Amino acid sequence: MTPFAYLLLTFLLACAIAVSLSKSLLNSIIIFMSYSLIMSIIWILLESPDLAITEAAVGAGVTSVLFFVTLKKIHAFEEEKEHEQEE
Amino acid sequence: MSKKNDNYESTFWYRLKYWVNGEEETVLEEESERHEAHLKRVAIEDRVYRAFSEIPDDGEEQEAHYRALKKELYELSEKYKTWPEKQGVKIFDRFYRIFAVILCIGIIGILLVTVSYLPQFGSANNPNNNEVSKRYIEKGLEETGATNIVTGMILDYRAFDTLGESHVLFISACSVLILIRVDKKRMEDMTQEELDEIRGEELYEKNQDIILQKVAFFLVPIIMLFGIYIILNGHLSPGGGFPGGAIIGASFILYLNAFGYEKTRKFFTYKTFSVISIGSLLCYALAKGYSFYMGANHLDSGIPLGTPGAIFSGGLILLLNICVGLVVACTMYAFYSLFRRGGM
Amino acid sequence: MLEHLLDNYYETVSIILFGIGFTMLLLNRNLIKKIMGLNIMDTAIYLFLTAKGYIAGRVAPILTAGVQEKDAFINPVPSGLVLTGIVVSVSVTAFMLSLTIRLYRRYHTLDIDKIAMLAKREDL
Repeated sequence: MTPFAYLLLTFLLACAIAVSLSKSLLNSIIIFMSYSLIMSIIWILLESPDLAITEAAVGAGVTSVLFFVTLKKIHAFEEEKEHEQEE
Repeated sequence: MSKKNDNYESTFWYRLKYWVNGEEETVLEEESERHEAHLKRVAIEDRVYRAFSEIPDDGEEQEAHYRALKKELYELSEKYKTWPEKQGVKIFDRFYRIFAVILCIGIIGILLVTVSYLPQFGSANNPNNNEVSKRYIEKGLEETGATNIVTGMILDYRAFDTLGESHVLFISACSVLILIRVDKKRMEDMTQEELDEIRGEELYEKNQDIILQKVAFFLVPIIMLFGIYIILNGHLSPGGGFPGGAIIGASFILYLNAFGYEKTRKFFTYKTFSVISIGSLLCYALAKGYSFYMGANHLDSGIPLGTPGAIFSGGLILLLNICVGLVVACTMYAFYSLFRRGGM
Repeated sequence: MLEHLLDNYYETVSIILFGIGFTMLLLNRNLIKKIMGLNIMDTAIYLFLTAKGYIAGRVAPILTAGVQEKDAFINPVPSGLVLTGIVVSVSVTAFMLSLTIRLYRRYHTLDIDKIAMLAKREDL
């Protein structure tokens, strides 16, 4: 299982760097969601199924939804649209 | 001679530099001061104009006067062109970024050196695999009656810890409620724009998406059933109160998005939230509170542990799992509902 | 040293993730990016703890019928601790996001420096 673990860990690092580099907040939230999903697969590899279920439900589900609602609240979607129109 | 890159802005190095320097330069304008300077400039320009028109005869004197005024104007604009505070903030910002990068690299380096001295990953002789975990594994089943040792640990040996954690969730939901609840008193202070936004949220719900409604009609019961299964089997298989509660909360969120606040208000209001949360926390505290008075020693609850693997086994663990699951489900739904509309 | 780092690859990756999260927390001006950096730091620490509890060749601590050997299961203590931590991190995230919404309603920006300047100007 070691090559699979290496692959997943590399993907984890790539996701973490992409979250901080991406300019659009919406993109970085979606990448953060996939980061949580990869994390839950890694926890299955580390033999902790309890953590995998919790992370998939809480980290990938509820936290991302909360981030999305916050973006909607602060009108970030509309600002991005305006920004694209300007370009 | 290096080649000229046309898409320099999309290269990795540029983006790295862009990221290190932050997204944009903060423009710190003192608007009132600028406005004052602008007014002063207009006044001087007016005087220059008048100097030209009012003293038409003596050319030399007029020119000297004009030059003095012009110099004053120039000094004024120079003074506000290089605003000292802005410069200071810029210098501080540059130093802050350099020191932040140095600090981060230093912390990563020190921690990596520490990691290189850690014992081998995955070996059974690690110092953290000590007598505590051995005892949990050996005696866990006969003392708690739960086949899932993690659940037996967090809801029996360390039940006190989990009680505190449920309180953290409840307190966090309460503080979110205090921060972003929209009630009548706060509505009076709001601007027209924010009121329109809340009304728009209600208007948007009138014309619902038919596809979302049909999908939610099938999915919500299944997701809820799965959550209940995870809660009830918490002591037999992976899962427990926390993931099960989060899944049930997610199914509530889907239901709210599909059918709107009018439907959810029929079964979930502030009253439901407070009654369920406080009831579950009180139930948990009563079930486990006796260990306070016994010096945190383990006591028999009087409930038989049952056969391992049956659903009614493990003493109090099933009840505690249900309590934790209810608190988590209510909190997750309350978070979403408060964030979206400022109410339930 | 490098060999040890490659042997403990889960720990190494978790430390690097911690560094990335910390850098995001320090260098990004956007409040939502800062909160995401804090979340990445959280998950890095959980990864570290769980990796320390793992023992190669053993299975998750769920007793199946008949198996009662102490050498068959991994260490259950880190799993329990991290399970507690994940849920606490969600509630902390929700609290921080609600504070962000309040700040945006008052100052109409997410930039922490601008918010600090505006707050300072309000005091004067």
